[in-house]
Amino acid sequence: MNLTLKVWRQKGPEDPGRMVTYQVKDVSPDMSFLEMLDVLNERLILEGEDPIAFDHDCREGICGMCGMVINGVPHGEQKATTTCQLHMRHFEDGATITIEPWRAAPFPVIKDLVVDRSAFDRIIQAGGFISVPAGSAPDAHSIPVRKEDADAAFDAATCIGCGACVAACPNGSASLFVAAKITHLSLLPQGQPERLSRAKAMVEQMDAEGFGGCTNTGECTAVCPKGIPLDTIARMNADYLKANAK
Amino acid sequence: MNYVEGPEIRDTKAPSGPIEERWDKRKFQARLVNPANRRKLHIIVVGTGLAGGSAAATLGELGYNVKSFCYQDSPRRAHSIAAQGGINAAKNYRGDGDSIYRLFYDTVKGGDFRARESNVYRLAQVSVNIIDQAVAQGVPFAREYGGLLDTRSFGGAQVSRTFYARGQTGQQLLLGAYQALERQIAAGTVQMFARHEMLDLIVSGGRARGIIVRDMVTGEIERHFADAVVLATGGYGNVFYLSTNAKGCNTTAIWRAHERGAYFANPCYTQIHPTCIPVSGEYQSKLTLMSESLRNDGRVWVPLRKGDNRAPGDIPEEERDYYLERIYPSFGNLVPRDIASRAAKNVCDEGRGVGPGGLGVYLDFSDAIRRLGREAVEKKYGNLFEMYERITGENPYEVPMRIYPAVHYTMGGLWVDYDLQSTIPGLFVIGEANFSDHGANRLGASALMQGLADGYFILPTTIGDYLADGPFGEVDEAAVEEAETKVRTRIDRLMSVNGSRTPDSFHRELGRIMWDYCGMERTEESLRKALDLIPSLREEFWRDVKVTGTAEELNQVLEKAGRVADFFDLAELMCLDALHRTESCGGHFRAESQDADGEALRDDENFAYVAAWEYSPDGTPILHKEPLEYEYVKMTQRSYK
Amino acid sequence: MTATIERGTATAPVPSTTAAPPAPKPRKRPSGFLGSSTGKKVVMAVTGAIMVGFLVLHMLGNLKIFFGKDSFNEYAHALRTLAEPLLPYRTVLTVLEVILVASVVLHMWAAVSLARRARRARPVKYVAKKSQAGGYVAHIMRWGGVTIALFVVWHLLDLTFGVVNPKGYDSAPADRMIAGFQPGRWWVTLFYLVAVVMVGLHLRHGVWSALQTLGWARGGRRRMLQVLAGALAAVLVLGFLAPPLAITMGFKG
Repeated sequence: MNLTLKVWRQKGPEDPGRMVTYQVKDVSPDMSFLEMLDVLNERLILEGEDPIAFDHDCREGICGMCGMVINGVPHGEQKATTTCQLHMRHFEDGATITIEPWRAAPFPVIKDLVVDRSAFDRIIQAGGFISVPAGSAPDAHSIPVRKEDADAAFDAATCIGCGACVAACPNGSASLFVAAKITHLSLLPQGQPERLSRAKAMVEQMDAEGFGGCTNTGECTAVCPKGIPLDTIARMNADYLKANAK
Repeated sequence: MNYVEGPEIRDTKAPSGPIEERWDKRKFQARLVNPANRRKLHIIVVGTGLAGGSAAATLGELGYNVKSFCYQDSPRRAHSIAAQGGINAAKNYRGDGDSIYRLFYDTVKGGDFRARESNVYRLAQVSVNIIDQAVAQGVPFAREYGGLLDTRSFGGAQVSRTFYARGQTGQQLLLGAYQALERQIAAGTVQMFARHEMLDLIVSGGRARGIIVRDMVTGEIERHFADAVVLATGGYGNVFYLSTNAKGCNTTAIWRAHERGAYFANPCYTQIHPTCIPVSGEYQSKLTLMSESLRNDGRVWVPLRKGDNRAPGDIPEEERDYYLERIYPSFGNLVPRDIASRAAKNVCDEGRGVGPGGLGVYLDFSDAIRRLGREAVEKKYGNLFEMYERITGENPYEVPMRIYPAVHYTMGGLWVDYDLQSTIPGLFVIGEANFSDHGANRLGASALMQGLADGYFILPTTIGDYLADGPFGEVDEAAVEEAETKVRTRIDRLMSVNGSRTPDSFHRELGRIMWDYCGMERTEESLRKALDLIPSLREEFWRDVKVTGTAEELNQVLEKAGRVADFFDLAELMCLDALHRTESCGGHFRAESQDADGEALRDDENFAYVAAWEYSPDGTPILHKEPLEYEYVKMTQRSYK
Repeated sequence: MTATIERGTATAPVPSTTAAPPAPKPRKRPSGFLGSSTGKKVVMAVTGAIMVGFLVLHMLGNLKIFFGKDSFNEYAHALRTLAEPLLPYRTVLTVLEVILVASVVLHMWAAVSLARRARRARPVKYVAKKSQAGGYVAHIMRWGGVTIALFVVWHLLDLTFGVVNPKGYDSAPADRMIAGFQPGRWWVTLFYLVAVVMVGLHLRHGVWSALQTLGWARGGRRRMLQVLAGALAAVLVLGFLAPPLAITMGFKG
């Protein structure tokens, strides 16, 4: 198949950037989206041009490093799929595809499609953990956890921190990311002692990073490659309110 | 390429005495650093996977000044995150006869008697603490309705000792370590340097004292100093180009340390994982693993007849060959990885492989779906099935999966003693980057165990014994200058070739050579051929590689070129190691050394040793042998029949 | 990239025992609960709830027109004399009006400051952007709010102060209502209809969203609450539209 790509090119943080059009020929439907870009990049290198910079690592949908807005949708329109797991069989021959980086003030563009997501790390630093030094933790069976709680905690914990939720949100909010971590830890007995202080600190850090507020549009969960549900945000709000009521 | 033999080496730190007391003995003997002095000591940890992340967090918690480095944009992305199946621990929660001793025994046997007994026993001991630690951190392991932890069985074991979090165990454990690390970053004990790549080790006064790194965003070359350096930079499976490793995984950090004097042990021990999604085309950039846990319920088969092109559903039961169940009746589909992989290769070599190019075997769930119901299968393996469908476009609930072996893990790595210290004082190596615990073959669900054992429990104790002599004072300026100049010269050289081939095209070609001649089956002839091809390809690389852009910006082509350049040197040593080890053992199968049934035939008389290679600038590596002794597990021919 | 990049010096850093570990990146001072995005959302939810309560009572009052003009006028009078003689004329109503006005102002303040925050969070817009959630309602909340605000101004001028009403201020409420929606003034009815439908859409998302903000839409309750929000919005729309449509179509009271 042959494709027309319109790709955001930006030399560095200071460069204003622009869309550039490329033609890609003989794309196999079994290629992944990133492999299709690899082919284009190989050609660009040989032509002496700078290849398109994009983040990627595991290429199996779990590290959360890859991410681009494809035809106006973070990670593309295929549901519950990261960019690296998106395959070309979902595109039509002759199609035009626009490719843009995540757009959010707290995710400044470093180059082309590469953005700086360290804001997420700082949100985790604010409280996204259970404080337990490596030593003699109590036996793993000493605290049973209801299977339903463990499963729900797991569902929230599958967040890969890719930032698609922020990219999709019309407000540029990071609520789904923050709520996923808060929900994961607040559903487990081990997470109770720090539950409220965690919610407060993480929400405040999210605001301090410059993310927008949540208006419950549901765009985040619709593009989330791991399908983190919207009720995590309700849980975050509840914990945050409780923390402030104290 | 040739080699010379140097003097034998010994692990002088390993305590003697009854095996179950050795770790306690070492812990007691190891000198402590008092909390006030820890604040004066600096440690560099490179890599933020299970080993590096947990080590940096734990060392920070202890009060050392830690600097942590990773090439990804966040420490949470290290490739440990992709581990699917689970983590072993000798908890015996099932009461099915498991014990520390049995896990030790299984691991030594699984490693085909090429690992150290003391190390493996310690690993089995510590495995129990890892689960406790992870649960306390909030790792959401699978649970049963009673609220207690669920376990499953895994390849190479007859007990159910594998703890798991659906098909994302590595992710959950890594996030636990990552969160602990972020907590220390917030506390100010750990300083994080993401998007930084280590390009050389600084050795001053005979000790590892720092690293040279490149800031991958600005291209700036930076020097960082410390009293000890810990490498947790993972394996080098990407030397094969196609592997289940992340695209960025590379050997640069350990190779540069090797060039600085750290011995490289058993480089040829490569694990080929039996259950990966087969290659679909030339453009393929990586291979995707399907968790080994699938072999619990899936049955592996190929058509009985050669060249049988019927759709799998049209092949009647009696014309299928469930070859693992046939050849290994007692372990069946759960034989260790090396055995399953080679069996798949054999049936494909016989012309009975399925799918494009005949490079695949079926992994069939129809029996499991009939027995347990689709819903139960979906609960256990749902995310794996989805992943398979996303990649291949085929629905595994209806059509059996096609799988084929792929490079997955490297048991070899930098040589370390019982304290996890390399041959360079002050350089510690943990996780997949070292060679220590898996011998010639790693059992499933043991990598997570080793990474976390090293990072949370072992290194934080043993490094104290070394640091008790510190701080070590000023770093020799000349050594720093020399290392930095070397890094800069190399980058300049890569930038100035301006040839006509991309780094990836060289990498692909190198990978092809390694897979064809130093892959699942090796012969003297194939290895000599590889040793012939690699130097000329390397020569072409340095003459004809093309790197675009500049070195003073984010430049992914430059990063790639630097990594490929190191893979050439490593590939050569791997082939040399494989050539010198004329026996078959674990993941290393020499066609010349097999029994009548085609099983790997060890040569314990001549090869019961660790091959530790010393780098020599003149190109002739020096082999040091560390003899292996087995006091507890009697060396036998492995049998899973 | 995390933290600042600190280049090492050529000598090993050997800090004295008293040296503190490197300070973590200073966080911006949080400006309190009301300054936080979630706090503003709570203001929005609570003031929204007050207004929904008002709308329900307002609708019930409107429907009294179907029981005759007198019934409607008596109700209007009763509102003003509530709790008399204990309290002077119009006390309760005034208090309610103050609360209502305060709610409107706070609701708008929260909306404006969240909208500005959202704009700052995405300074560069997408070339292509496609909604995946399928809920267009959520995306028109801000426009809906503006439309409703404009309508309220007209609505007060028309039926409360009578400025733009054919009957003027000195008339019985029921007469103003009937005169205001006469067939000849179909455009008033149309404006009213558009505004009420806007209110309905605003509430369909707003009611559920408020419950989510307050943390009640957890677990399996989300679907049920969304249905309830839709039902409430539908009842209000029908209840508000019945009197003007009936009058425009010839109902005389």
